[in-house]
Amino acid sequence: MIRLLASILLLVAAMAAPVAVHAQEPLRVDITQGNLDPLPVALPNFISVDEALAERGADITRVITNDLASSGLFAPIDQGAYIEDIENIDLRPRFSDWRVINASALLVGRITEQADGRLLVAFRLWDTRLETQMLGVQYVTAPENWRRVAHKVADAVYQRLTGEQGYFDTRIVYVAEGRGVDGETLHQLAIMDQDGANPSFLTDRSYMALLPNFSPSAQEITYVSFLEGQATTYLYDLETGRQEALFASGGRGVASQIDPDGQSLSARFTPDGSQLAVSVETRNGHDIHMFDLRTRELRRLTQHPADDVEPSFSPDGERIVFSSSRGGGSQLYTMNRDGSDVQRITFGEGRYTTPVWSPRGDLIAFTKQSNGRFSLGVVRADGSGIERILFEGYYVDTPAWSPNGRVLLFTRGEPRSNGTRYEIWSIDLAGFNLRRLATGGMASDPAWSPLID
Amino acid sequence: MRGASGGADSFSRLVSGVIGSKPDKVWPDEGVNIMKIKLFAIAALGAFATACASTPEPVEEPIPAPQPEPVIEPAAPTGPAEGSIEHFVETAGDRVFFGYDRHDLSAEARAVLRDQAAWLMTYGDTRITIAGHCDERGTREYNLALGARRANAARDYLVSQGVDPSRITTTSFGKERPTCRESNEQCWAVNRNSTTTITSGYTN
Repeated sequence: MIRLLASILLLVAAMAAPVAVHAQEPLRVDITQGNLDPLPVALPNFISVDEALAERGADITRVITNDLASSGLFAPIDQGAYIEDIENIDLRPRFSDWRVINASALLVGRITEQADGRLLVAFRLWDTRLETQMLGVQYVTAPENWRRVAHKVADAVYQRLTGEQGYFDTRIVYVAEGRGVDGETLHQLAIMDQDGANPSFLTDRSYMALLPNFSPSAQEITYVSFLEGQATTYLYDLETGRQEALFASGGRGVASQIDPDGQSLSARFTPDGSQLAVSVETRNGHDIHMFDLRTRELRRLTQHPADDVEPSFSPDGERIVFSSSRGGGSQLYTMNRDGSDVQRITFGEGRYTTPVWSPRGDLIAFTKQSNGRFSLGVVRADGSGIERILFEGYYVDTPAWSPNGRVLLFTRGEPRSNGTRYEIWSIDLAGFNLRRLATGGMASDPAWSPLID
Repeated sequence: MRGASGGADSFSRLVSGVIGSKPDKVWPDEGVNIMKIKLFAIAALGAFATACASTPEPVEEPIPAPQPEPVIEPAAPTGPAEGSIEHFVETAGDRVFFGYDRHDLSAEARAVLRDQAAWLMTYGDTRITIAGHCDERGTREYNLALGARRANAARDYLVSQGVDPSRITTTSFGKERPTCRESNEQCWAVNRNSTTTITSGYTN
């Protein structure tokens, strides 16, 4: 059972910095273009008056450094090159020492154990050229939450320097792929921090679990379970560990239309987390349905005889994108949340599947197959058909957006002698910074949580 | 003793017939005749020994050790028990195959399904599950839906051949339970199938 550590995270105070402002261009990272020139930043270890906390200070700095580097937008400078030794974060640094090693920004911090046992973590972010403080903040939390504080610091730095919300204080649910004793493939749900720390299993090996999706507003997920011998949509509360099959009794409202022998597939949440869109197998094939988590009513949205699968909501909750073979091969369509006004939005050669609406609202990620190759791409949600391919390879599946809509996780497959090897990779929206997610072994089906809290 | 030497030859043939070769070459009648001949031969020896009291001392002759008892094997089975799962698989075939991204039935698939239907009509207490499978060259959810289409295609054809639909359940495993794992077209073709499994009502 997974229990999210209760966080007693308090934003205590912005910390004022002493000094005049110079009239020059402020430091800003442009994250809309492909970043070939990441911003050099210096991150000396967070200091501590208390010897026992010195190592924890280094740990926090390491987590922050890894977060910022992994975004591809920042280039942390090796600590071995630092000239000034930061001993007091309440004093102004010797900016020339930092400029000479080419650091554009400098992050300093301090951790202290309070009388009540909680950790006080303070930091300042300096612009070394303008010699101004860009940020000064402190957090108080339970000591075991130090990783979350580090991620929150990284998010604060990211936001201050890019103008965009960060995504470091998040978790990723995914399918861990393994082999059983008889050589059969195992698919178990697992969860970890987005940097790979704290991995643990959510389901056991006795049944297949696939295609998880996060609620945007609560610590719960949906996924597809084979516990009952065929694909069935489940809801899983991550805080209590409780699970339930959503359509065990056929759902109310359209129970007579549900094929009792039919399957239910991946379910995605409305932005307020109160309803799900999900493809359910009726007597006439697979159709998109809306399921209200409070009333348990199931409403059918599409009726086309072709299979309609993989629904995903727009960030304002008004429209749904899904894939359908109604036009011949599988293409992407959007419709209103009541099922009206269906519009086709992809027009290229190939099979389009796995549509996921960006949190920013303007783009929809997809997988495209053509000529035996798989591509990860994004297409405009407006129906113009304008699309951009970000990655092309042997196998692609299940794209998932970061909460700020700047990074995509996806399943990537490569052929091996003993079968295809599946891993989760990430790429930014500009098509840069392709890197592997730090899962322990083979993995697929990433689902990205919203920012925690 | 006309039968003896001929019997011995027949006997060795009988032994090899039972142990070494196909089970349809057993000669049980011959084995019984050999038994009778041996008993006669032994009895005759005894009779011969006691019938001549006034003749000179019998000359010691070595007596060959008695042959081991011939082993009469029961008739080996001629195939799987009728109405069993193996019988279904051997008689009809438990799976049909599909083209890439297709769920329509080929002529070969329909022929196999007609055989399945005939078997199911003969063994009318059996129930089945049809599972649809896909190759790995498609995304995960798309393949779950395609697998369901394949299972339904097989089910619908069996129903059209007279099988009561209440005897059939369908499921899809998409690409998650492949028969083989190699990344080549031969393997992918094998994985694109609907497999019929007898779930109850079969003989063991």
